[in-house]
Amino acid sequence: MSVQTCAVNTLQYDAERCIGCGMCAIVCPHAVFVVEDRLARLARAEACIECGACALNCPAEAIQVDSGPGCFTALIHAALYGGEPTCGPRDDADCGCGETSSSCCGDDKKTSCC
Amino acid sequence: MPLQAEPHIATAVLSADDRWVHVATRLGMRRNERRVEPGLYRLGAPDAKSPVCVTANYQLSFDALRTALVGRDAWLLVLDTRGINVWCAAGKGTFGTEELVARIQATNLQEYVSHRSLILPQLGAPGVAAHEVQKRSGFRVRYGPVRAQDLGRYLDEGDCTPQMRQVTFTLAERAVLAPIEAVHQGWKMLLAAVLLYLLVGFWGALVAVVAVLTGALLFPLLLPWLPTKEFASKGLLLGALVSAPLALAARASLSPAWAGMLAALGLMLMAAATVAYLGMNFTGSTPITSQSQVKREMLRYLRWMVGSAALGILLVIVAAIGRWIGA
Repeated sequence: MSVQTCAVNTLQYDAERCIGCGMCAIVCPHAVFVVEDRLARLARAEACIECGACALNCPAEAIQVDSGPGCFTALIHAALYGGEPTCGPRDDADCGCGETSSSCCGDDKKTSCC
Repeated sequence: MPLQAEPHIATAVLSADDRWVHVATRLGMRRNERRVEPGLYRLGAPDAKSPVCVTANYQLSFDALRTALVGRDAWLLVLDTRGINVWCAAGKGTFGTEELVARIQATNLQEYVSHRSLILPQLGAPGVAAHEVQKRSGFRVRYGPVRAQDLGRYLDEGDCTPQMRQVTFTLAERAVLAPIEAVHQGWKMLLAAVLLYLLVGFWGALVAVVAVLTGALLFPLLLPWLPTKEFASKGLLLGALVSAPLALAARASLSPAWAGMLAALGLMLMAAATVAYLGMNFTGSTPITSQSQVKREMLRYLRWMVGSAALGILLVIVAAIGRWIGA
């Protein structure tokens, strides 16, 4: 099996499925992938923040990653009350992490939180 | 989704009120109400060949886009992300394939442009499957730069440099996120200060204030320079360090001496736990942490953070009792 994984995150990449379109390198905010000779390779897998952009934009489904909310409040909430961590639809604009979630969405923040 | 009859009008200039909204929003004021009407907008005098730039209906996102296009003509397609910024909304799925395809149809975009190309912010990618959008709408998604201010250059040069595609987390970028962290802890900080004052006096109250401000403001600023690799341990260390001199002052100010000792130790433990907690909270605002990392840190440090807080509270209470009985 040719699937490459990373010890510190859930990123998985199967080079045999790659069609060399280059989308993964275009969408990644941390230059995890490099595309050379119409083939992608993992250049910085440990820098992956699991945002999911690559997996969603790979037309060949060569990439998998668990891209759930990485915000502490959501994780604590899930740990205490069960269920998957979620930025669920508590309220239109609210994250679901908690009413007072200050560090979550809203600001011009770039994050893979919720 | 209702059809949009006529495009709205947008300008590339921020009014004084817009600028105030930006400041107020960064301070947490009515943060959930900063929305603009979704749909298609004219910026300048766009024609059938002008580019279509997509954004979220969070006012700061919309403003970042339009001000980046000053002097240009473009169509702005604003998605309904319920007032959430592009990257968060993409992660949630509201800045997503479904909304984009539906909005293209509802605005009749194909009637306004002869090309079939959309420019999306790169950070919309976690929510948008470009090949899906093309299949379903006929429009091809091109991902523009991460930062709106690079959009002009992208439009002129037709592509992004590697730097334009990478997210950074500079001091300035961290600083702008800090005030809201402090604002959100405001009442808890005051409550803690009052309680600690009653228990162990002035220096206890000061530790409460300093710990919260350290966690909310200082931690984000100093982030890359704090010694360890993990947010939780960075927080524990910073909290202990910052509270140490104040804890010593507390010890000197209290009698009996053993109560002073316990109070000092307890305050440091509480401060360490506080800054660690606020530091972990900050992971939700960073573009450099993954869910796996946060989970790992939580599993590793949560018991230490809770233990530190609990023991700290216990010691402070015992110290307070000691003061009261005067032994």
